[in-house]
Amino acid sequence: MGFAYSGGIDCDLHPAVPGIKALHPYLSDHWRETSIIRGMDDMESIAYPINSPLSARPDWRPEKGKPGSDLEMMRAQALGPFGTRLGICNPLYGVQLLFSEDMAAAFARALNDWLVAEWLDKEPRLRGSIVVPMQNPDYAVEEIERCAGDKRFVQVLMLVMGDLPLGKRYYWPIYEAAARHNLPVGIHAGSQYRHPVTPLGWPSYYTEDYAAQSYAFQAALTSLICEGVFSKFPTLKVVLLESGFTWLPAHLWRLEKFWKGLRMEIPWVDRAPTDIVRDHVRLTLQPVDGPPDATGMAKLIEHMQSDELLLFSTDYPHWQFDGDAALPDGLSADLIRKIMRDNPLATYPRLQESVT
Amino acid sequence: MNVQYRDQPATQAANASTLMTADGDIHPGRNGPQDMAPFLAKRWQDHLAMFGSRLRQAYQKGPAYPKSQPYASRRDSYPPEGGRPGSSLSFMQKQLLDPNNCVLGVLNATGDNGQAFQNREFGAAMCHAMNEWLIAEWTSKEPRLKASLVVPFEDTVAAVAEIEHYAGNPNFVQILMLNRTAEPPGQKRYWPIYEAAARANLPIGVHAFGFGGFPVTGSGWPSYYIEDMVGHAQSCQAFLTSMVIEGVFEKIPATKLVLIESGFGWVPSLAWRLDKLWRRLKEETPHLTRLPSEYIHDHVWLTTQPMEEPATRAHVLDTIDWIGWDRLLFATDYPHWDYDDPAHTLPMPVPEAKRRDFFLGNALRLYGQPGADVR
Repeated sequence: MGFAYSGGIDCDLHPAVPGIKALHPYLSDHWRETSIIRGMDDMESIAYPINSPLSARPDWRPEKGKPGSDLEMMRAQALGPFGTRLGICNPLYGVQLLFSEDMAAAFARALNDWLVAEWLDKEPRLRGSIVVPMQNPDYAVEEIERCAGDKRFVQVLMLVMGDLPLGKRYYWPIYEAAARHNLPVGIHAGSQYRHPVTPLGWPSYYTEDYAAQSYAFQAALTSLICEGVFSKFPTLKVVLLESGFTWLPAHLWRLEKFWKGLRMEIPWVDRAPTDIVRDHVRLTLQPVDGPPDATGMAKLIEHMQSDELLLFSTDYPHWQFDGDAALPDGLSADLIRKIMRDNPLATYPRLQESVT
Repeated sequence: MNVQYRDQPATQAANASTLMTADGDIHPGRNGPQDMAPFLAKRWQDHLAMFGSRLRQAYQKGPAYPKSQPYASRRDSYPPEGGRPGSSLSFMQKQLLDPNNCVLGVLNATGDNGQAFQNREFGAAMCHAMNEWLIAEWTSKEPRLKASLVVPFEDTVAAVAEIEHYAGNPNFVQILMLNRTAEPPGQKRYWPIYEAAARANLPIGVHAFGFGGFPVTGSGWPSYYIEDMVGHAQSCQAFLTSMVIEGVFEKIPATKLVLIESGFGWVPSLAWRLDKLWRRLKEETPHLTRLPSEYIHDHVWLTTQPMEEPATRAHVLDTIDWIGWDRLLFATDYPHWDYDDPAHTLPMPVPEAKRRDFFLGNALRLYGQPGADVR
């Protein structure tokens, strides 16, 4: 039995940098030499331990090397089986975790150039996200300007946990540049690890770290709305990547209730948070942290109050589902079409040019 | 809440409530340090006057997120004889207990209560003073009121001593913690507190707020009071995750956890997420023998204020179905501004037995109070 839909758009693929040496051809002499003489280690974040079961599906693990590092395997395991028309690459290599702003900018440039040369040039179905050095918004804007001319870059990529809550004015130059280029801002699970991932300090277990990603997305959404990002940039779209989505209805109930009581504190938020989300925020499908039964899932979808919020993703090569069960039970055929195609196309203007 | 948004149909006045209620979150007020003087050694009174209480926060007095109104309290909650909101028992009886037909009110003495003083010896002394004050001024004078035992939870030895001192004392019905601990609360340094609570047959009540010192988000300190308030739900998710994943419920099976003033709408999604994660990652946590959702269902209760209010109010009934109608405890949060009135809290059609459990029965059973067997 094949996958239920053909010609869809996979909004969360993770091509892996095989090792830091793979970026050397894309670094300037100075930074390449720095990497070598200082003996820099591979920059894989603790957010995805390479051998953790969650980091790669067992049948998607290569015999050698990192999961997601081989284009042929991505074609055979992700693009082919799901009939993918277009797929968006979100590299998670940890350049955003460095403390040096200059080093971060150099490695972000290298990572983006590597993505173009090693993936986008070789596979016409693939599109990319511009990884920006969140450590310095001015540098981040420079990187957006440098890459935006290549229409295969379809969004700007940030991590959900940074130095500051993502709505803070500090980050607004990034949102201004993204909006000016009509690029959505993708916010992916992961952290710069400037703070403990929980409000109660550093947890003991990796399980807790991954669980905490969804609370971080809740807080980031609160911050983006309350600081007035969407009031200031009315055309901006934000996509929450690998965020989970089943937390959204209850989070909005709570945020909206407090907004009713406390909106005098944030008068620029002149619309209900639910309405703001409907116009500005999208979420990728995987992971589905939902009720085990189709009836429950149908109720939850009803709580979402919109069929335009979800974008298809496999989260390849992360292990979120088995076989071709990328779509949960309980979705109507109409909603599946929207998740697979209509919603991604409406979210990413640069994809529309590819399919029309 | 004090503010109405969008037109709503007129509903019955609060004092028309006839259903008996239990109230899982009432805040008794103090008028100042002088209230604690009879219960605090001279040394600590002098220390307080000279150095202050010194929490892990910036200001000597008050939070760096100013509240929406003084003392975060209802503007009509100032006692007619003077004093701060919540500080008068007679006015609390008249404004809260009588009109709500409240037969059990649980006092949570939060605020500057000693639980998170940087000086832990001082903190332990202040917690003990709070407990003596709660008996002398409140529970001994009003049989409908019971108290949560204030324990210095960052000082495990002192907290256990406080629990053992009051074990079996009928004035106290649970142990009070705050949901912003200094380390993840499931970590083993806190286990002696849970073991002592289990020996005393008392639930652990975890109230919103606290002073662990870390930002309420994994991405640093937000700007606004509204973010701090909404953030209690995220903090509670981290709290509950730590308790489940570290194995507190597995290893101390008599533990009962009550999450207070942090909402409940987030519980189903978190439980589904943890179940899925545990199936993937259980090699990391071999000490767990059951699904996270099963531990949560068997060990966790939640107070209802601030009540979840979806645009389609009936959606919250699905959420309660997922959590279980036997797990929610009605609460008002009196005298705070975001008070929930029992006449408006569950306006949807609900079978009478469920309504009675929600407003009364669940609390009476959990806290072992008379009348619990009436259904």
